[in-house]
Amino acid sequence: MQLTARQESLLAEARSYVAQEIAPYAGAWDENQAVPESAVAGFAARGHLGALVPREYGGAGLDAVSFGLLNEAVGYGCSSMRSLLTVHSMVVHAVTRWGSEQQRAHWLPRLAGGGSIGAFALSESEAGSDAGRLRTTAQRLPEGGYTLTGGKMWTTFGQRADVYLVFARLDGQITAFLVERGAPGLEVVPVTGMLGTRASLLAELRLDDCRVPADALVGRPGFGLSAVATSALDIGRYSVAWGCVGLLAACADASVAHADERVQFGRPLGEHQLVRRMIADMVTDTTAARLLCLRAGQLKDAGDPATVDATWTAKYFASVKAFRAAADTVQIFGAAGCAEGHPAQRMLRDAKIMEIIEGSTQVQQDYLAQAALRERAV
Amino acid sequence: MDAIKSATREFIGKYVRNRELADSDDLFASGFVNSLFVMQLVMFVESELATPVADEDLQMDNFRSVDAVAAFVARKAAATPAA
Ligand SMILES: Cc1cc2nc3c(=O)[nH]c(=O)nc-3n(C[C@H](O)[C@H](O)[C@H](O)COP(=O)(O)OP(=O)(O)OC[C@H]3O[C@@H](n4cnc5c(N)ncnc54)[C@H](O)[C@@H]3O)c2cc1C
Repeated sequence: MQLTARQESLLAEARSYVAQEIAPYAGAWDENQAVPESAVAGFAARGHLGALVPREYGGAGLDAVSFGLLNEAVGYGCSSMRSLLTVHSMVVHAVTRWGSEQQRAHWLPRLAGGGSIGAFALSESEAGSDAGRLRTTAQRLPEGGYTLTGGKMWTTFGQRADVYLVFARLDGQITAFLVERGAPGLEVVPVTGMLGTRASLLAELRLDDCRVPADALVGRPGFGLSAVATSALDIGRYSVAWGCVGLLAACADASVAHADERVQFGRPLGEHQLVRRMIADMVTDTTAARLLCLRAGQLKDAGDPATVDATWTAKYFASVKAFRAAADTVQIFGAAGCAEGHPAQRMLRDAKIMEIIEGSTQVQQDYLAQAALRERAV
Repeated sequence: MDAIKSATREFIGKYVRNRELADSDDLFASGFVNSLFVMQLVMFVESELATPVADEDLQMDNFRSVDAVAAFVARKAAATPAA
């Protein structure tokens, strides 16, 4: 990869931090269905929560490629921690890109230091892939401010977050609001027992005449979905795509090590052709996914609108291949990989989630085919 | 102004299928474009037309047609003192 010296050193540092402080505990966090507060604090202390916060607001102001590398490193060790980086950075991006100067000055330093953890609340029980169907409503109060009523599902890190980016209809038009944890009328209900990214502290949000101040509105009324959510989701999709590169690499490393050590029929597994095929696919897909992510990141850094489609392509490829690699990793480990607490089974469960969030595999296929057909028509 | 319009027309042409658009046609009125188009158009205006788009510029009237984009870019250029 054509990385700068700075990007190389960031990646090396992130990898060693993850190897020491995240990867060894990912299994226990998965089992306990929570990343502990100490892990969130450690992450914040390294400045990772401020990855996308501009320097003038106390963040690291990373370029898109560097941010991607950080996601790969974290995704290698723990998809739930990578989810924290994803949703928090989506909120950071929304405030940086579409917030007012007052909102930036208020929120960005807090988000950068981890004093406030952000979460993204778009999905509802009736609005998943078809987010435009969301029904949460916002009403203006005569004295200023708004009240929000409705319900949000599957909010990653919702149990832990201090501020939620909530999408609601104001005069029928989808609009983004920053809702603080303590806002009157907000109830946060933990969601447990998910298949994958089990430590990512999901919650359901119940908003019942939840009052927020006038300066809670982000962007402009009616631009909640078309500008605020889409640009945040672009970052989220990019983060997940890189996280899948990490998952792929972790699957490949675990599979190669096991295939080298485990002997059956008098030879290491890695000397059986059918096993070699699975390994070949994993390492090839890891490299290919990383290159697609790198391209999406370089286009982001250039401000090129083509990054949007490049990010869809990267996420589509990386998530589908991560799931296959994780399934093959379980295959290569056999019964051991199926056992409780084994990293292979956790990676398989986590990888399935990647095909559902930030645009499901089918939604990506539909979008990418549509883009290809559109281009031919030009 | 003409250069801005032709660059904008060309950009929009990449995202709108099978249609001859007039400069005054409303891009959002009849679903010519998908839900990601606003973001792509904003990035284009910022990178190719070198015009920063702030939160208060998020108004359909600034983006709904080729004419609207050209007028927005001209208005922003007039408001920014030459460096
Ligand atoms: C672990 C986890 C964390 C999440 N975190 C968040 C979060 O932080 N914030 C948030 O807002 N949401 C979050 N979500 C929700 C997520 O965004 C949705 O799950 C996603 O948008 C898909 O919606 P859905 O689950 O309702 O599935 P549906 O939209 O009901 O789709 C079900 C199936 O139908 C397919 N399908 C849908 N439409 C089409 C189509 N047009 N063509 C072909 N097939 C189609 C889908 O691919 C999928 O296979 C999370 C979900 C999970 C599982």
